[in-house]
Amino acid sequence: MTNTDWPLWEVFVRSRRGLSHTHAGSLHAPDAEMALRNARDLYTRRGEGVSIWVVPSAAVTASSPDEKDPFFEPSADKPYRHPTFYEIPEGVKHL
Amino acid sequence: MTLTVNTAAALALGDDALVLSHRLGEWAGHAPVLEEEVALANIALDLLGQARVLLSMAGDEDELAYLREERAFRNLQLVEQPGGDFAHTIARQLYFSTYQRLLYTQLAAGESEFAPLAAKAVKEVAYHQDHAEQWTLRLGDGTDASHDRMSRACEALWRFTGEMFQPVEGVDIDWEGMRAAWLESVGATLLRATLSVPEGPQSGAWTAGAGRQGLHTESFGRMLAEMQHLHRSHPGASW
Amino acid sequence: MATASAHHTARAQADETADEAARTAAYEAVFDAAVAADERIEPRDWMPDAYRSTLVRQIAQHAHSEIIGMQPEANWITRAPSLRRKAILMAKVQDEAGHGLYLYSAAETLGVGRDELLDKLHSGRQKYSSIFNYPTLTWADVGAIGWLVDGAAITNQVPLCRCSYGPYARAMVRVCKEESFHQRQGYELLLALSQGTPEQHAMAQDAVDRWWWPSLMMFGPPDDESSHSAQSMVWKIKRHSNDELRQRFVDIAVPQAESLGLTLPDPDLVWNEERGHHDFGAIDWTEFWEVLKGNGPCNEQRITQRRRAHEEGAWVREAAAAYADKHTSGTGGSASTTGETGATRA
Repeated sequence: MTNTDWPLWEVFVRSRRGLSHTHAGSLHAPDAEMALRNARDLYTRRGEGVSIWVVPSAAVTASSPDEKDPFFEPSADKPYRHPTFYEIPEGVKHL
Repeated sequence: MTLTVNTAAALALGDDALVLSHRLGEWAGHAPVLEEEVALANIALDLLGQARVLLSMAGDEDELAYLREERAFRNLQLVEQPGGDFAHTIARQLYFSTYQRLLYTQLAAGESEFAPLAAKAVKEVAYHQDHAEQWTLRLGDGTDASHDRMSRACEALWRFTGEMFQPVEGVDIDWEGMRAAWLESVGATLLRATLSVPEGPQSGAWTAGAGRQGLHTESFGRMLAEMQHLHRSHPGASW
Repeated sequence: MATASAHHTARAQADETADEAARTAAYEAVFDAAVAADERIEPRDWMPDAYRSTLVRQIAQHAHSEIIGMQPEANWITRAPSLRRKAILMAKVQDEAGHGLYLYSAAETLGVGRDELLDKLHSGRQKYSSIFNYPTLTWADVGAIGWLVDGAAITNQVPLCRCSYGPYARAMVRVCKEESFHQRQGYELLLALSQGTPEQHAMAQDAVDRWWWPSLMMFGPPDDESSHSAQSMVWKIKRHSNDELRQRFVDIAVPQAESLGLTLPDPDLVWNEERGHHDFGAIDWTEFWEVLKGNGPCNEQRITQRRRAHEEGAWVREAAAAYADKHTSGTGGSASTTGETGATRA
């Protein structure tokens, strides 16, 4: 690798106020300041965003596929966490 | 061509934006890194947008852009200087965007017919200035090689900076105050970038006010030849 | 490919007692089921090495095409005949750089770095679309590229929005949204010329005459000669065959040409009532293979310019990296990371 190989950054864009930042993609930049600017130019040139986060890709800790089952399956058998689990008599409002 | 005061001012500011946009457009497909293709094009597009508004204040944008002779253009010589390396582009961006931000800030606060455009454009050029400053820091304070290149570029373009402060008739702002603010801002950036403020004069022996009076440098004619050729080859055609 | 199976290998080492073959078979079954069920494969999922390398090759080639594709159109930015057209063209060429970046970003989720991919482009080990080896000789070529070349690209790309690999599909959604602007501006540009002066009309016709056949070749060789197609269809990287897409494009383009008042340079082009499609003439595949081999009018020029831009920009990239080293306190990312994952390459 040469020293011209800039690190990779993950870009998160808030598309409008009231929404959370969503992953938009990645880009290369030498540092955070430039990453932010590059993200602005690349991912919001059609007015797609009001706020941007950039995070070094290396700083993201991800769950691995091997962890898939213990990580996510236990939540699949807890339907009582979802509102549709509960039957409410017709006509009851604001629930 | 006889011009009203405001038409002449619109041409001066419009030609600056038009010509610099054209020069930046020359980078397309040649930028040092892909992210910078996008950044330079953004700046070029902002400037072209400004140029179209300003030229339209003075007449038909295409007639003005494509059918005037070299001597009728009122842009600064700074913006017409040919390519050079990325350092030249950044040095020119630093000089010009700082000037443009100060100019538009004052115009936006005023009540002239330029105020609405200036209010919109000042946000664009603030970003251009930020882009130029970020790169000035990185080139100046990067490697020895980049420091040398940036240093040379800042020196080379310095003598074209003086004419920015020649008052443009119809643009009612504090020109001397602007020169001081410009020097302070550019000087601070150069210093942070470990570069020194060039010591030479800010204008050549005969360049003072020259671009604004229609006196340009040799490469400009060739630039216009390229820009205008197709349009002029089909008189009266629409595109 | 060395890096592609890196995390696979790392995992195997971490779990030495596992029966590797059985695990792989189990993973493969999960993968096949996901693809069959039209689920998306995501970067950290297990995937067959061949699936990974096919995707890397295809996404890289796609990204390279966007980047090289800037050149023929950028050729006219400084000569655009009106300021409106100039702004449109600059924005379009800029989008292409942007599309290249989205796609490199998708490729990087597979464990290859952009530098590595660019190296392969510069050294000719990876290809880009041959269409960009044709020259833009007149202003009308900008319109023909927008209408025909981007039109063909969209026909190819819309199905890719449903490609089985998540990051590629997502990049394509973004690309396709922006491409439709490209095609429309090209069509509008040609329409203005076609309805303009006789000279302008002739310019438009000449451009369409030159770009029609190369555009048809963009869909790739006929199905029975296409080496990668069958497997890609199974993997849902590709969803329609080359000939199917080519036919779709011809059927769309014919009435559009009529509305433009321009003809298409194919005497055999005729509506076939029975098939419900247009029949069209034989494509000169010799030309296609020649251009692919490097003997097109602009192969050398395109790659030389790309290489030069990269080489001449090296000092700029080095400067920014050096500055970052001096001024950031170790929070920056390491260069050897893959996108969307946080996983580190070996």
